[in-house]
Amino acid sequence: MEALTRIAHASIRVAADLTPAEAKANAAAQMAGLAYGLAAIGPGIGIGMIFGKAIEAMARQPESAGMVRTTMFLGVAFTEALALIGFVAFILLKFA
Amino acid sequence: MKTDDPQYVSVLSMNDQGPAPEAAIVRDIIKRGSIVAPLLIGLSAVFWGVNGAWSSAYGVVLVLGNFAVAAWMVSYTARISYALMMGATLFGYIFRLAVIAAAVFFVRNATWVELVPLCMTIVITHVGLLFWEMRYISLSLAFPGLKPKHVASPTVQDSTSN
Repeated sequence: MEALTRIAHASIRVAADLTPAEAKANAAAQMAGLAYGLAAIGPGIGIGMIFGKAIEAMARQPESAGMVRTTMFLGVAFTEALALIGFVAFILLKFA
Repeated sequence: MKTDDPQYVSVLSMNDQGPAPEAAIVRDIIKRGSIVAPLLIGLSAVFWGVNGAWSSAYGVVLVLGNFAVAAWMVSYTARISYALMMGATLFGYIFRLAVIAAAVFFVRNATWVELVPLCMTIVITHVGLLFWEMRYISLSLAFPGLKPKHVASPTVQDSTSN
């Protein structure tokens, strides 16, 4: 927590030396990076849950492993789409 | 965890030597992607010109490559053990995201890149192809249950034989 406070204070000191436009661009870059990081957390948790449940299902019914893996792969790919959307939003906010 | 039981086998040490469904899914997705790609590239060419078309083509290649790598990782590691498959899926997610991010970062200042069509193509192709595949898979999974079984009922048999 103390480290975070130090970083915040350092950012404020740096921001004080910048012009308003530079400070705005800096803040936008930081927020875009933060948004991408946050957007990757949810899908990470989701993929973990999907995979955990798939393993459980395959342990209970090994004969249906093929069907479980099919739906698991689609679920993982859909969840990954969320992270891709976060990434795309980051790219568009930062560079476009 | 019952480690003292000699019969006990952890599910994580199990593996699957059967056919890999992921490979079939990705083959389907790539087949459909090759149908959709000209349309997306054409639309990008109309709105963003030649650079838009190149960017869109790059986006399609990124998405299809991402699917192919994901499927290969899962099907390859499932033959070894489920534990490795779990690791490959979770770390593969981070790895593939990083690769896509790097692939976009490296070309973002190139003269032939338009970021808007590139990003739009990545999202639309990824989600669109998945929905298309999901529709096909859900139909193929549901159909055997919904399909009326062809049981030769005595009445029908009688009526046809007569």
